[in-house]
Amino acid sequence: MKSNLVSPAPLSRTLLSVFRRELRIVFRQQSDMLNPIVFFLMVVTMMPLGISPQASTLSTLAPGLLWVVALLACLLSLDGLFRSDYEDGTLEQCMLSGQPLYFIVLIKVLVHWLTTGLPLTLVAPLLGVLLSLPSDGFIPLWLSLFLGTATLSFVGAIGAALTVSLRKGGLLLSLIIMPLYVPVLIFGASTVRYAVDGVAFSSTLAVLGGFFALALVLAPLAIAGALRMSVEE
Amino acid sequence: MLIQVFKPPPLLSFTQLVCRRDSRTLFAGIDYVISKGEIVQITGPNGIGKTTLLRAIMGLMPDYDGEIRWQGQPIDDVRYDFTRELLFIGHLTGVKKSLTPRENLLFLANLQDNSSLLEIDDALEQVGLYGYEDMLGDQLSAGQYRRVALARLYLSQASIWILDEPYTALDVQAVASLEALFVAHAQQGGCVIFTSHQAPSITALRVLPLNDCQFQSQLEEGDDEI
Repeated sequence: MKSNLVSPAPLSRTLLSVFRRELRIVFRQQSDMLNPIVFFLMVVTMMPLGISPQASTLSTLAPGLLWVVALLACLLSLDGLFRSDYEDGTLEQCMLSGQPLYFIVLIKVLVHWLTTGLPLTLVAPLLGVLLSLPSDGFIPLWLSLFLGTATLSFVGAIGAALTVSLRKGGLLLSLIIMPLYVPVLIFGASTVRYAVDGVAFSSTLAVLGGFFALALVLAPLAIAGALRMSVEE
Repeated sequence: MLIQVFKPPPLLSFTQLVCRRDSRTLFAGIDYVISKGEIVQITGPNGIGKTTLLRAIMGLMPDYDGEIRWQGQPIDDVRYDFTRELLFIGHLTGVKKSLTPRENLLFLANLQDNSSLLEIDDALEQVGLYGYEDMLGDQLSAGQYRRVALARLYLSQASIWILDEPYTALDVQAVASLEALFVAHAQQGGCVIFTSHQAPSITALRVLPLNDCQFQSQLEEGDDEI
């Protein structure tokens, strides 16, 4: 006996509605979105005041400094990524919708990157000027942050998914995620440093690209699995 | 000519269902059959496992013993087909406070079905939210907030409705129209399973009391220890 199954909503349509909804939520709660960027701006503007306004000192520190602060800003925004969906039952509904959680999660993380990582990337060259980063470093900084912050969003979302059921998961999240962030930081910062030093930087950039490709494909699997675990407990 | 009388398997059947939570048996030994066109109310005191039973059916609580069958097949084998026909509204409804009723419903309805904006506004009007479509969730009362989720019942094409405490925060009139909706859905061959502490005024109602099962489970546990 075959029952007349409800015709499923097309995946593309569902994903589009997830995308719209996520963007709308973020723009309704602008403080959440602005928090990482303001943090990034504040820390970087304070560096010349705290260390030394001398261009020579700052320019040697600039590549690593910009990358470390961008990474921390990213981490700052992760904690709440799935929390509200978990608490108001949206996750349950997504799991019972018959649509693949993999793609729903992919879209959610993509929106997270669009609203945190991408703005960070866009303002980074401006802050590079502030730290007197040599002009050779601007495009590599931009490219490496572009690939890097996307990787950070995907990898960080795994941690956010694992700690979603904990009310105070912030510390645990940082502990889980930090080791995974280190390689991205190393290759990201060295891309900029190589460019400033006049060495070919395409190899480190390629590694960053590899990280991103891996994270894009594999992280949603881990995120979906972790979320399922949290909801099913 | 041989005429075979083919009796279709029941929609949902439980065999010796046992649910535990942290090594405490919530209920045990449930044998129950739910067919098309039935309205089933699951009753029992707080903490007996009403929600857990619903979650077990939906596959959100994989840690149970016994068997749940959907149209004669083990439910885990046909999980996808089952979720296609399922509409679940729980304690947590999936309605976001930072979105308006229209936006909320548009998202929730489009997860499973295709509903146009017109149909969505229609459903909101049915649950008495006409004029509130564009208000943010913060400005709605608890009952109105709840109605946003219940508006999905007017849109959904799912045949199985699983509702956890659907009457929470609803006024008398809303409860009455919800019950009318249950009856209409059952008459169309659908099936409604819900938990509630209230006694609904639906005539063709089947009640599955979980507290009886608790007693049975204690007996069985006693047997195990021997």
